[in-house]
Amino acid sequence: MQIWYAFCDLLPFEMFHWDFMKNALLALLLMAPLFGLMSTMIVTGRMSFFSDALGHSAFTGIAIGCICGLAPTPVAVAFSVAFALLFSYVRSRSNQAADTLIGVFSSTAVALGIFIATLGGGSFTKYNKYLIGDVLSVTPSEIGVLLLVLAGVILFWFLRINQLTLASIHPQLASSRGINVDSMQTSFTVAIAVVVTLAINWVGLLMLNSLLVLPAAAARNVSRNLKQYHLLSILFALAASIIGLIVSYYLGASTGAAISLILALIFSISFALRKKVA
Amino acid sequence: MGLFHTGGCKDSCCLKVQNVSVKIGDDQVLQDINLHVHCGQMVALIGPNGAGKSTLLKALLGQREYDGNIMFSVPGAHRVKARIGYVPQSPTFDPGDPLSVADLFACCLSKRPAFLGLNKPLRELVMQCLKRVHGEDLIDKRVGTLSGGELQRVLLALALEPIPNILILDEPLSGVDIEGMTNLMDMLDEIRKNFDLSILMTTHDFSMLPKYADRVVLIDHKVLIQGQPEDVLNSDEFRTAFHMKEGC
Repeated sequence: MQIWYAFCDLLPFEMFHWDFMKNALLALLLMAPLFGLMSTMIVTGRMSFFSDALGHSAFTGIAIGCICGLAPTPVAVAFSVAFALLFSYVRSRSNQAADTLIGVFSSTAVALGIFIATLGGGSFTKYNKYLIGDVLSVTPSEIGVLLLVLAGVILFWFLRINQLTLASIHPQLASSRGINVDSMQTSFTVAIAVVVTLAINWVGLLMLNSLLVLPAAAARNVSRNLKQYHLLSILFALAASIIGLIVSYYLGASTGAAISLILALIFSISFALRKKVA
Repeated sequence: MGLFHTGGCKDSCCLKVQNVSVKIGDDQVLQDINLHVHCGQMVALIGPNGAGKSTLLKALLGQREYDGNIMFSVPGAHRVKARIGYVPQSPTFDPGDPLSVADLFACCLSKRPAFLGLNKPLRELVMQCLKRVHGEDLIDKRVGTLSGGELQRVLLALALEPIPNILILDEPLSGVDIEGMTNLMDMLDEIRKNFDLSILMTTHDFSMLPKYADRVVLIDHKVLIQGQPEDVLNSDEFRTAFHMKEGC
């Protein structure tokens, strides 16, 4: 961290001379490729609403952790993973449309979370930070966790992305080539659950899904192959994170919201350019 | 209905489907299906909608549980594991997917992550595969922008790497114009001769069958008739299955 702090001191921005801003910048530089990568598969696999539902389940997990007097984040991770596995199980055995089932699970998770949080007349105020998130509050030890998660996701990508891509775009073709489609999708579902739950502290439930959907949605408008798709998704997430941090500092607004708005702007531009590229 | 033989399984490799039945819930989708497909043969599986053609293909691909036996044998050995090439029904690719033909091959053939792009040996292998279907110029096109005929050729090239024992095609002629159909069937004919593999395809287009198919199997939950294309297409079973049921 000392090297990073020393590097930040050399930057020509006064804002990066504050320790909390140095931490936030480093966290965002790790989070951006994480969200950029994850969003490529979330968009390809049409899982945007599912990742949103996982955010809600993470909130419920945090409420359970708080009420039981346990550390909220590990409880939330465990709850989200259980939620994701239960959803995968029900989806594979139900003839209901996926978005209907997501609605069922998501609303149940939110209701349970609010019920537990307010049980016995408890105040909801202390949970507000999980709704909006605050990347400026990130600590060096949390950055360490983020680094580990990013390393895990990159490793997963290098080992499994070909099978996962094929399983998402054409399950029957994937299956005919010996790929276990169910286990591929379940493992990715668990990965989303872990990332979403950890990130909720810094980005917030309300902003989280835009970061998991918009980078790849914008990249998809202007990409002709997987290489461009991944590269642009990561670049868009990085650009939006850095610009969003700077904008939020000078305007005194939420960093997560600023990043989401920059991503929305990038999406608009890529949408306008989509025909030229296609 | 007995097993269909030409030359017997002792002389050539052979896919044997013996008494295969599939039940989904309370529905008996397939009942006691028996058929043999010999190497070098092109066999067409026909039947009305809901007859169980896709279910049989899924059973052959190992994607559906079944009762009975499906085995592959080569002369001098028995129960060898068959290498199956599969060409799925085409219109299931999203036109917006940022997936090039080269990416699709990379996902199927290589352990190197496709998002890194193709290295030289892999690109050469993909070109070689596409050459088999005269599709070298398609390598950098997006899969979602291919025409029906182009997509069929790409999927065929993919199914031929590695060269399979049995090539299964699910409705390869749907969504393809007349010229595209003839080109595709000529290509399949060339492939089965060059590689001595069995081809099993489902189709609703019967015009191509007399010229190209060695055998036609008509099923409607069970095998109604199988034999030479002309015999099956002129049979009472065929008329009953299609004309009376579908009113055409």
